[in-house]
Amino acid sequence: MSPSRDLEEIARRFRRIAPATEQCTIRVVEESSTTTSVRRDVPEPVTRSIDRGAMVTVAEGDGLGYAATTDLSEAGLRSAAERALRWARCTRGRTVFADAPPRLAPGTGRHHRVAVAEPDWTVAERIDLLRQESSQCRIDDRIVDWQASLWTIRSRRLLASAGGDELLQQHDFAVPALHVVASGGGLTQVRSWGGRNNGLCQQGSARQVAQRSGFAGAGRRTAQQALQLLQAPKCPTGTFDLLLMPDQMMLQIHESIGHPLELDRILGDERNYAGTSFVTADMFGSYRYGSALLNVTYDPTRAEEFATFAYDDEGSAAQRRHLIRDGILLEPLGGALSRQRVERASWDGFVATARASGWNRPPIDRMSNLNLEPGSSSLEQLVSSIDDGILMQTNASWSIDDSRNKFQFGCEWGQRIRSGRLTEVVRNPNYRGISATFWRSLAMVGNASTVEVLGSPFCGKGEPNQLIRVGHASPACKFSEVAVFGAER
Amino acid sequence: MKECFFDLVDYAIGRLQGTETLLATFCGESSDFVRFNRARVRQAGSVNQASLRLTLVDRGRRLHSTLTAAFDLEVDRAAIAAAIAAMRAELPSVPVDPLLLYATRVASSNRERSGRLPDAEEAVDCVIRAAGGDDLVGIFASGPVFRGFANSLGQRNWHRVDSFQLDWSIYLSGRQDVKDKAVKSTFASETWNAQEVARRIAAVREQLPFLALSPRAIEPGQYRAFLAPAAVDDLIGMLSWDGVSARSQRTRQSALQKLVDAEATLSAAVTLRENTAEGLAPSFDETGFPKPAQVELIAGGRHAGALVSARTAKEYDTAANGANEEESMQSADLDGGALPIAESLAALDQGILVGNLWYLNYSDRASGRITGMTRFATFWVERGRIVAPLNVMRFDDSIYRLLGSELKALTHEREWIQSRSTYGQRSVESSRVPGALLSNLTLTL
Repeated sequence: MSPSRDLEEIARRFRRIAPATEQCTIRVVEESSTTTSVRRDVPEPVTRSIDRGAMVTVAEGDGLGYAATTDLSEAGLRSAAERALRWARCTRGRTVFADAPPRLAPGTGRHHRVAVAEPDWTVAERIDLLRQESSQCRIDDRIVDWQASLWTIRSRRLLASAGGDELLQQHDFAVPALHVVASGGGLTQVRSWGGRNNGLCQQGSARQVAQRSGFAGAGRRTAQQALQLLQAPKCPTGTFDLLLMPDQMMLQIHESIGHPLELDRILGDERNYAGTSFVTADMFGSYRYGSALLNVTYDPTRAEEFATFAYDDEGSAAQRRHLIRDGILLEPLGGALSRQRVERASWDGFVATARASGWNRPPIDRMSNLNLEPGSSSLEQLVSSIDDGILMQTNASWSIDDSRNKFQFGCEWGQRIRSGRLTEVVRNPNYRGISATFWRSLAMVGNASTVEVLGSPFCGKGEPNQLIRVGHASPACKFSEVAVFGAER
Repeated sequence: MKECFFDLVDYAIGRLQGTETLLATFCGESSDFVRFNRARVRQAGSVNQASLRLTLVDRGRRLHSTLTAAFDLEVDRAAIAAAIAAMRAELPSVPVDPLLLYATRVASSNRERSGRLPDAEEAVDCVIRAAGGDDLVGIFASGPVFRGFANSLGQRNWHRVDSFQLDWSIYLSGRQDVKDKAVKSTFASETWNAQEVARRIAAVREQLPFLALSPRAIEPGQYRAFLAPAAVDDLIGMLSWDGVSARSQRTRQSALQKLVDAEATLSAAVTLRENTAEGLAPSFDETGFPKPAQVELIAGGRHAGALVSARTAKEYDTAANGANEEESMQSADLDGGALPIAESLAALDQGILVGNLWYLNYSDRASGRITGMTRFATFWVERGRIVAPLNVMRFDDSIYRLLGSELKALTHEREWIQSRSTYGQRSVESSRVPGALLSNLTLTL
């Protein structure tokens, strides 16, 4: 028996009430999550959540309307369908699709990704692990705050058309995290492990992701590093070679490649909120985005990566594609509907990456899994190639302009590299640059042994706003002559 | 939705056993959203949603369970019964919570601000017509937003706000030499008035000629600047992020730690409070405690208080003041000053007029240092007159300079700004802030 028969029943209900119109679809989403956390050795209230609803979408001519509801009864779906139809008719002749009416056409398929055959950890088992890691953080009176947490999500999505097409997907996600604060001598330093800063956000059960990432034992190590930072000198100011580890590369890729390549930004949809892009449609196929070492893929094929899926929320089948090859920009991150809006595109096809944050928001172009392909250098070779530089690790601060060009990023952890050797730790390392030139300073790319598969649960854009999961796999990378600076004191 | 929420809570309370206590919070909305690009519709639709968070407490232990309300009595009752049964079964396996604190003195309330909201078609017509062919991009959101609290001790709180909000920018188009220059505005109200919406869109269009002036490039450095209220709102908003939180201050993570420790002060003109009485947010917290009308956070440039959630109050043996779990401001209120806003450019004389800031983050939290970008209408001003638009610039400066040593004046007039956040749900946060004249703003890139 199908584990999603309840969703399939909603699809059947929808087909019974679907209005007689050109195109009509339903997207049903259920996300069940459990959050467990221990702060300062005290377990916080466990939260379980089930978020369930559906969005009905109608297209007539160039008119497009949606209605989202938690009422999944026949009456509730009928009311939503009528509302969506009214929107489609109200907007007809006045949409951005005027020259190419939108196509709502999911295919048919099933994509169950049940991560574990055996039951996952119970709440009591999760709390035991978190208490153990929390207690391991308390190694010194200067550790003033510490928290261990584990967040798991099961997502079930069904996209169906009035005509009978149906796509069903299920995914499990887990985010283990540690956050440790050390304070003394007038300074406060934060060191984290996992979570959004380190990007340890992967698909799988709590047990799988925690074991894969080495959660057990990370508490003491993280607290020790927080104390190291407290005693470290501040990061120097100047121009240095920069070695970015994967948990900072993730942010660098996300902000200064992912967002600028989103086609809805290039088309102007996001200009009032998330912003535009320094990339324009005519650059694809010829623009040198970075050095010849830069190879970037949209890759929905890694099972453990955070935004791996088989179909996007417009029903397009996801396939791996090169967006930047040998430094040359090839194609944008745009789903089928956005691609329809581009006249005389210099690239073929589209990237299946139109996604909605939930049942209550319509799909928009997202970056999903956006990866930097590994090169040929080991970590030792990367370090030994630097005469005077800085290694930075774990994002702590991020800011970039609305066209995704002028950026300034900060990290939790810095380490000086002198004469090809890693030396002292430095605190509050920051660097700034301009996307359009920064990637051209990519001087070395780490090999597969340096790659980490990371991600974030909190990529924000869209009006109305949407937070979505993204994945980024990257090796360590070296950049030449970057502007670096530290803290005030 | 009020009846639906209270009916469901009554049902849930009827399922309790023995010494169990139930707390329930409710978030709901019935919203229309229309997204525009180039004065055409990109996406349009409606969202009806409601979620119910149940907290089961027994013998010092507690669990939360959040579920969506389907407005189908049978479905919702079954979901509630299942959630309570699951929490009851799991409760013995979680430890006693030493920081458990919830309101036990019944303080019920009801606040309903009904408005007159537009028909969706009327709003779409109005915006497209008022844009007059200019490149308008933005979002229209409209409809009632609901928040509620109830517990098995008999407390009932309900909060309803009807409002619409148009948040838009108009880009200068048709000029090859001027790229990505726009004026941004926002208008929110409880009462739809098509003439007023059209007037405000027209007022933005009238500013476009300033964007058509030849842009000026300036070098990184220090500049005299006037921050419009929207830009000041962005700066003050940063203090909600671990700035005014009691928990952050107690654990020395606050961006205002030097102020809290009396190592530094802000300008004596700076007085900041959480002003629940005059904001849009509900007057009760998630544990049932009523919020004070005002909580003073900074007074005369000095630390005056913090936002304290129930959990923090218990942890540090202090009094809760109705703060949410994040201890962030929901109704920020910064006192105005003496500078008439009409004289702000004259007072600036020569420097930068900053309309909006963007993508702020701490570059050195312990020192209160913030980085971010200028965005939208930002101009170079000479002799009190706009002479050229500026390309976006990055600033990196300390809150102790921006609201301290370099703050020359705050405007007398203040702007009331309704939050535009719609992550997950429409926000009920708001703020009231003046503009700020700075003798020195550090631009770095």
